[in-house]
Amino acid sequence: MSTNKDKLAFQITPSGDGGFTSTVVPLQDENVDTDQIIPARFLKGTTRDGFGKNLFRDWRYVNDDESTPKEDFVLNNPTYSGKILVAGKNFGCGSSREHAAWAIKDYGFDVVVSSFFADIFKNNSLNNFLLPVTVSDEFLQKIFAEVENDPTTLLEVNLTEQTIKIASTGDTQSFDINNYKKTCLLNGYDDIDYLINMEEEIETFEKTKA
Amino acid sequence: MLVTKNLILMSDNKNNEIANTPLGDGGTLFEKIWATHVVKEIEAGPSVFYIDKHLIHEVTSPQAFAGLEKRGLKVFRPQQIVATADHNVPTLNQHLPIKEALSRLQVEKLKENCEKFGIELYGLGHPYQGIVHVIGPELGITQPGMTIVCGDSHTSTHGAFGTISFGIGTSEVEMVMATQCLMQSKPKLMRINVDGELNKGVVSKDIVLYILSLISASGATGYAVEFAGSAIRNLSMEARMTICNMSIEMGARCGLIAPDETTFNYIKGRTFAPKEAEWDKALAYWKTLFSDDDAVFDSEINIDAADIEPMITYGTNPGMGIGVTGHVPVLNEINEQEKPSFEKSIQYMGLQPGENIKGHKVDYVFIGSCTNSRIEDLRMVASYVKGKKKADDVEVWVVPGSKQVELQAISEGIDKVFLEAGFQLRQPGCSACLGMNEDKIPAGKYCISTSNRNFEGRQGPNARTFLASPLSAAAAAISGKVEDVRELLDAPNP
Repeated sequence: MSTNKDKLAFQITPSGDGGFTSTVVPLQDENVDTDQIIPARFLKGTTRDGFGKNLFRDWRYVNDDESTPKEDFVLNNPTYSGKILVAGKNFGCGSSREHAAWAIKDYGFDVVVSSFFADIFKNNSLNNFLLPVTVSDEFLQKIFAEVENDPTTLLEVNLTEQTIKIASTGDTQSFDINNYKKTCLLNGYDDIDYLINMEEEIETFEKTKA
Repeated sequence: MLVTKNLILMSDNKNNEIANTPLGDGGTLFEKIWATHVVKEIEAGPSVFYIDKHLIHEVTSPQAFAGLEKRGLKVFRPQQIVATADHNVPTLNQHLPIKEALSRLQVEKLKENCEKFGIELYGLGHPYQGIVHVIGPELGITQPGMTIVCGDSHTSTHGAFGTISFGIGTSEVEMVMATQCLMQSKPKLMRINVDGELNKGVVSKDIVLYILSLISASGATGYAVEFAGSAIRNLSMEARMTICNMSIEMGARCGLIAPDETTFNYIKGRTFAPKEAEWDKALAYWKTLFSDDDAVFDSEINIDAADIEPMITYGTNPGMGIGVTGHVPVLNEINEQEKPSFEKSIQYMGLQPGENIKGHKVDYVFIGSCTNSRIEDLRMVASYVKGKKKADDVEVWVVPGSKQVELQAISEGIDKVFLEAGFQLRQPGCSACLGMNEDKIPAGKYCISTSNRNFEGRQGPNARTFLASPLSAAAAAISGKVEDVRELLDAPNP
């Protein structure tokens, strides 16, 4: 079985237990659609690489000009950095473009936290070892408040335990992920690794169906 | 409308998590189709879910083909895949090489990959070419009871035929190419009933924009949505497609409508529809595809068709819609947490709280996209426009959904109606719905569009989109401003 160990963030910590700690980039907008994450005109690549430089392209630059960043946009604010993107509810809605997940991952994020994710984006993220963590609306607001108060606030995400913790306050919440996907993420397997081993069962299914 | 929003809160909490309930006895339309496509269930995990038809296009497939090659895999069932070029093709001079280098490369790559992996391609110049969600149904590829996927969120369109059809990402495109299966968790089930007679000037696009305005752009996330009720039953197949098409805009995993005589009559005789004995066999099965009277849904919404006005959006997601005589909400109608996003949205649109949209100037009119580019849409526009001329300062693009739609329009003389009105009838593709090709709305300009998304920059950087029906778009093209079509339908031609 092939693995994607190079894509894994969850074993980076010394303990190797699925724990992950980082400062965060807060993006309070709600209903952020994948056209904002990566506009359609940047979908013309034929590989999965290099989409990070166009992440939130039209929110980052004035008139599409890389030499004039919009200073009020959070990715251009040096106060905030980190490998965890925290976003308002209904993140990733709209187009199914996996380029959105590729761009976020390529930019350097390994975890996205929101109170609500669009379905397709969530699947795309999981398929790219970008962990979507769904928290309550209240917890999300707490993260935003803490980070506004202190931009060095750390979030601890533990995939094995399925917990997310605001380090400074100790506030902790558990999050859902199905066991199958969790195993995939922790071990660097993807769905094709699983499915290609089922070829015989799939062929049998086709015969009974027909 | 905002008051109504509070009244129809759903019967459960809007939870984004997918339910992993065991398979039922097949009480709902969705469950009946789902049950016949589960290859294997995994404990506390998703199911191995079989896909009947896989539609691919140039933008979301190249990385999937590359992935297959990297793993040394072939395409498992190439005969179950149909390919077309639609997203970034030009809509003028399609017989010439594509000017834009990266678009050309993607289209060429699709051709190369289809040849290499033995996949049927209806590329540029082919009589079947068109928007992937227009050609599937018109060729009879889309049939009741099927599971259909495509690397495009508007795959939900095909649900109008009583199918489970949904958009997937490129990794999933690769999975389906490799195994004809996906790992899928069963969504929760919602039914939206629309009953009664539609008002004059109100069409299926208005129904779906109305539903969106009630439940928001995330109101159906985690659900498969069945659309039912007499107002839905009375719609043509093309009108039903418009509704299922936009179910993704509510966040739904898929939208579906039980097949009936309207469905069967639409499919019969189409290029890839079953013939003779196969037809009889298929029809007998299709007739079993409906939700039983005692079917139970996790959530159910009832709508009176008479409440629906011609709709228009004012904001930057499709849930931000109002009846055309309504106004942009004022701040105290918006809850505290949503205010920043709301204010950002109307600022982008150049609108004020409380402003009326009716009478607002438009600069561009786009009639097209997988939502509204079929022959009935073009006929609807032509019947309104016939004998009229567009406003001088408005540019009007009509982009048919497919080569077949284009030829049909020409054979009916619709092209002449458009020509006389000053509309441009272009060649098939996704066009200004997402502005991947040259068809972009300039910054700051207002476009009334029959497409599905009014997101910031969707139709071009800083372009401003009003989503509306083909009829409303036609009316705006003539007067140069947003109109209430109800006031105009009986008016004599000028």
